Amino acid sequence: MSSDAIDQALAQSGHLPGGLLQVLHGIADRLGHIPPEAIGRVAAALNLSRAEVHGVVSFYHDFRSEPPGRHVLKLCRAEACQAMGSEALAGALERRLGCKFGETSPGGAVTLEPVYCLGNCAAAPSLLLDGQLRGRLTGERLDRLVDALVAPAEERA
Amino acid sequence: MTHIVYVPIDATARSVGADDVAAAIAREAAARGEPVQIVRNGTRGLCWLEPLVEVATPAGRVAYGPVDVADVAALFAADFLRGGAHPLAHGRTDDITWLESQERLTFARVGITDPLSLADYREHGGLRGLRAALSAKTGSDIVEEVVRSGLRGRGGAAFPAGIKWRTVAGAPGPQKYVCCNADEGDSGTFSDRMLMEGDPYVLLEGMTIAGLAVGADQGYIYLRSEYPDAERTLLAAIEAARAAGWLGRDVLGSGRAFDIELRRGAGAYICGEETAMLESLEGKRGMVRPKPPLPAISGLFGKPTVINNVITLASVPIILDRGGQYYADYGMGRSRGTLPFQLAGNIKRGGLVEKAFGLTLRQLVYDFGGGTASGRPVRAVQVGGPLGPYLPESKFDVPLDYEAFAAAGGMIGHGGLVVFDDTVDMALMARYAMEFCAIESCGKCTPCRIGSTRGVEVIDRIRKNERRGPNLALLRDLCDTMTHGSLCAMGGLTPAPVLSALEHFPEDFQR
Ligand SMILES: Cc1cc2nc3c(=O)[nH]c(=O)nc-3n(C[C@H](O)[C@H](O)[C@H](O)COP(=O)(O)O)c2cc1C
Ligand code: SF4
Ligand code: FES
Repeated sequence: MSSDAIDQALAQSGHLPGGLLQVLHGIADRLGHIPPEAIGRVAAALNLSRAEVHGVVSFYHDFRSEPPGRHVLKLCRAEACQAMGSEALAGALERRLGCKFGETSPGGAVTLEPVYCLGNCAAAPSLLLDGQLRGRLTGERLDRLVDALVAPAEERA
Repeated sequence: MTHIVYVPIDATARSVGADDVAAAIAREAAARGEPVQIVRNGTRGLCWLEPLVEVATPAGRVAYGPVDVADVAALFAADFLRGGAHPLAHGRTDDITWLESQERLTFARVGITDPLSLADYREHGGLRGLRAALSAKTGSDIVEEVVRSGLRGRGGAAFPAGIKWRTVAGAPGPQKYVCCNADEGDSGTFSDRMLMEGDPYVLLEGMTIAGLAVGADQGYIYLRSEYPDAERTLLAAIEAARAAGWLGRDVLGSGRAFDIELRRGAGAYICGEETAMLESLEGKRGMVRPKPPLPAISGLFGKPTVINNVITLASVPIILDRGGQYYADYGMGRSRGTLPFQLAGNIKRGGLVEKAFGLTLRQLVYDFGGGTASGRPVRAVQVGGPLGPYLPESKFDVPLDYEAFAAAGGMIGHGGLVVFDDTVDMALMARYAMEFCAIESCGKCTPCRIGSTRGVEVIDRIRKNERRGPNLALLRDLCDTMTHGSLCAMGGLTPAPVLSALEHFPEDFQR
């Protein structure tokens, strides 16, 4: 399955000049992360060294080496959202999910990540949930969002 | 008669429920047997009223907002389809003072048209700039028109666009590129996004004109990955423009070629810096390149390259259409034309205000913005993104002109304003500035990479009142080293928010 995804991403973007990021995005879009076997395959196909590909994967925040949880929640922690109370939401999220930013909740439901501005700064605070933008968050709205992601059984565990 | 109802498709509107509102309107209309056509327009930029629903009436478009799904039945009951009275009604959209007092040149169509409709684009003045450029005798005629307009780069550094184009046009070589910087990483900014989602063709048109001016046949848009909606819109627009013959081998039947490819960034703030962006476009780590060589001489894949911000490029069509002088007639001093200011953070009426240079922060924050959303006093405004200083109220009357504002210690940058109320802890904001630099540094120079991490530690000690005096001195030293020892403005300007916090809000470091 991951092998198919790598092939598809290479077929789609491998021909682009300097297209390594687009190939990696193609893999990440399909698999949620860049699996270790992708490094060598992509390097060979694009005539790059493994070190070059690995260097790029590790440089960019978008490319994870581990599979994420079932959902990815990126809370904006930049200034405009801070001015509207995002840091209180950040703390509440960590407590609720039982994980820190950059980690996945113990049951595997949610990977929590920081993001620095979503261009929604006039409707702050904001987050991106599985690619969907949500604005004007309050503690209550956030609670309801998380309720829908975290199964009750899991929270007890 | 079919009623036309506008519900924005802009990401901000969608983030607060516009899709659900559009669906609810369609459902309710069907249930009531009212024929309705829903147009998903861009945003008018009155973000605090989103979702802002408009209906076309014989007297013009009438606005309602912010509309919640729960309001939809009542709106129908109030006969909003015919402009009926309702507590959420704001009258004719064009008469809303906030909008009416703006000068929308670059954003002339945004919010009015269906972003992807080629017909709307043409009917609202689209392509006229490109036609003028195609009928210009030479590329340098185009370049000189842009020079005459006084247009300066809107991405931050405010370098005159026409002068940059002149360099690229004069650089030898058959292959040149136009790269649009759509990385828009600054907190408090969203004008690039709103433009790309609300009027994508104007960006494509501006890039094509740049290509004709300098002799480039290929353009790239480097779009940050945090903007999935803009990506979808741009991809569709590029495809439609190709199909219509606006892009491709034979632009508008002129025999001239220009095409555009979209590239997605990968979540690195530094890739907004133009040379890091080039590295990233070449598929590498986003490491800043030393200058010289200038990208205008040796840019993408080593070829002469125009790099401009989205708003810079999107302002070019109107300049070619109306003439450089028309644009230059707006503004003050050496800051000609208009800037789409973005009001963000803790502000009652946030959104996009396009105005000629020369107005003040006070006008933006109070007259347009209405003060804070929390209702508490404004304490500080950060202008110009995470590398911009924090300004206290005493600086609110300086005119927003690149030179005048800089002389007063400010930086206009990309035109974003982030407002904070009096609950803000400025020592924490200073700490955040250092932390952000530590997270986003490309790692090439020590003062930036290590200095920022040390900065966080030192501010932590100051906040805990550990050897406060010496640590404050150390913090200033660190800032000095970063200012003078960094290759680019990431490390070089991170001290700006820190030092401004120390200067204007010293009490926050003494708690
Ligand atoms: C750290 C850093 C981040 C930047 N981010 C952006 C950005 O997101 N968008 C942008 O247009 N320019 C950004 N710039 C400015 C670019 O380097 C460059 O000046 C600009 O893209 C040139 O286009 P313009 O002349 O039209 O403004 C950034 C600069 C620095 C130092
Ligand atoms: S100042 Fe920072 S971001 Fe800029 S080149 Fe140096 S290390 Fe990279
Ligand atoms: S700062 Fe959070 S969306 Fe811009």
